[in-house]
Amino acid sequence: MHLGVSESMRECEYSQISTRSSTPMETPYKKRTPKRRKWESFPGRNKFYCNGRIMMAKQTGVFYLTLVLILVTCGLFFTFDCPFLAKQLTPIIPVIGGVLFLFVLGTLLRTSFSDPGVLPRASSDEAADLERQIDVANGSTGYRPPPRTKEVVINGQTVKLKYCFTCKIFRPPRASHCSLCDNCVERFDHHCPWVGNCVGRRNYRFFYMFILSLSFLTIFIFSFVITHIILLSHRRGFLEALKDTPASVLEVVVCFFSIWSIVGLSGFHTYLISSNQTTNEDIKGSWSSKRGKDNYNPYSHGNIFTNCCAALCGPLPPSLIDRRGFIQSDMPQLAPPTNGISMYGATQSQQSHMAAATPLLQQQSSEPVILMASPENGGALPGRTSLILGGPCTSLPLGLPTPPTSTPSLSCHEATDMLPMHGHSHTHNHSHPLQDPVAHHHFLTPEEVPSPPGMLPCGSPMGHSHTMQAGFYNPASQDSLHEDSVRGLVKLSSV
Amino acid sequence: AINIPKTTTLCYKRLLFHNLQELRHSASLANKVFIQRDYSEGTTCRFQTKFPSELESRIERTLFEDTVKTLNNYYAEAEKIGGQSYLEGCLACTTAYLIFLCMETRYEKVLKKIAKYIQEQNEKIFAPRGLLVTDPIERGMRVIEISIYEDRGSSGSSSGSSSVSGSTAR
Repeated sequence: MHLGVSESMRECEYSQISTRSSTPMETPYKKRTPKRRKWESFPGRNKFYCNGRIMMAKQTGVFYLTLVLILVTCGLFFTFDCPFLAKQLTPIIPVIGGVLFLFVLGTLLRTSFSDPGVLPRASSDEAADLERQIDVANGSTGYRPPPRTKEVVINGQTVKLKYCFTCKIFRPPRASHCSLCDNCVERFDHHCPWVGNCVGRRNYRFFYMFILSLSFLTIFIFSFVITHIILLSHRRGFLEALKDTPASVLEVVVCFFSIWSIVGLSGFHTYLISSNQTTNEDIKGSWSSKRGKDNYNPYSHGNIFTNCCAALCGPLPPSLIDRRGFIQSDMPQLAPPTNGISMYGATQSQQSHMAAATPLLQQQSSEPVILMASPENGGALPGRTSLILGGPCTSLPLGLPTPPTSTPSLSCHEATDMLPMHGHSHTHNHSHPLQDPVAHHHFLTPEEVPSPPGMLPCGSPMGHSHTMQAGFYNPASQDSLHEDSVRGLVKLSSV
Repeated sequence: AINIPKTTTLCYKRLLFHNLQELRHSASLANKVFIQRDYSEGTTCRFQTKFPSELESRIERTLFEDTVKTLNNYYAEAEKIGGQSYLEGCLACTTAYLIFLCMETRYEKVLKKIAKYIQEQNEKIFAPRGLLVTDPIERGMRVIEISIYEDRGSSGSSSGSSSVSGSTAR
């Protein structure tokens, strides 16, 4: 398919933009930069291996311990106990042991390496749209902290959806934000250090299979090692038997301690599955009848069998983060429109975009009053303010993983105040709105500089254009620092 | 009736025959509307069918609602817990999930159907009206993102061009 748009139209669009920018526009077709995969710029604290195929949490030390324990114990069992047992009892024992061992290993690796159901972070447009809706819902005051919760009635139960400040989304029911991995995970159960990953919607069944098969394996090894020792001690005496097979002693010790924890855990998760609850919900007592007479679990299917089947044999949803996909850098974004001419967003290189935008914004920010006054630009403002307000807001998670609890009302206008105040006083910023845009570069560390709209999920490619970005946002943030003008802009945007 | 200027209609008809990617380059992006998830039936994937006000002048309510309802039906089909999904689950478990190396899950099959459906809808219904529907899977199944485009030529130097609903009726 070819672009059949009339030449005049294309010339028109390029000429409109080129008069205002100093750098030449690059067409998207001239891109020569190597394509990067999405996992390379994943915002969460995960580790990726095998070019994005394997995804784990940051701390994997305990996972290796688990692996070593299982491998060593099973290795010792197969080397020292199985030959005796195969001869004395039946050769089926090592076979069953082998099958169990492979199943345990398979489910463990599957649990540890797969995506638990991570929810990708909101794009900047989405985040801006949500912020706008929250501000509209708040009404005119704006000083009152927004509740950042939504209530939803699910099967007769009222469930509160919380807003995640890091991911900039309203979390779906049963989702939770894992602070270790810094991701929101669907149907979040818990973060398991033993498997080195979160346990969520996509890998819960593997986790359950793992602990179930591991309980069988530990019970199997424990019982047969005891059998081995008993059979040996019939012939030689107990102490002699122990001296003959010292490995068995180690196995018994490991298995003894594992059985209590693993079997207990399996029992607990069997209960959770049959009642369709997550560990998170059970610990909090969300659906406990102690909370109220009418409190019940709205997600339960009614009977134990259906709940089990749904959890273990239900459809497996695909990964939402598409970690092996390539980063699409030519996504159209809502760009701040300038004097009525809609400027096309970051299709081309960011630098040209920034260069085009900087003079435009500087021009605009010199007359903030006019912006507020003109009603026909009222519609234009949602794009502009939401981007500018959204920009500094989106930078916060980079510097501060969780918002400070002292300011639960972390709305965008306050966030923009916080941003330049990291290094400089409020009054200075206000008195020299345009004169020292360069000076303010110092006060925005690379972490704090907001990335251009739409590019936040792909943070690292922005490295080369940090100074440009600072130039792009600073003049705007000078305006938005003044709380009244910000509130005025936000009011107009909600019209 | 929706008033769309002749030049705009002509422009969009031309664009109808071209790759939807080109739509983004020739028209300018004015606004985006996000259709949020509807959690009233639990965690299954459903989108709200409430007609957003920004689209009032761009598309008929029934067309929009039909699209969203069809998408909801597709997702319900993908997440249905029934005989076929149990069979697939048990088979996968017995083969230690290795079967997914050669076979794709039912969910993935339905997602492909959805992608095709969205592309068809875009070409037939949304692009002629200057709209573009983004597949929810690209947004983490959180929202259906509908981009509202404006014909670059006609927007010209008129002020407030990127505002919502009333902008096309110029």
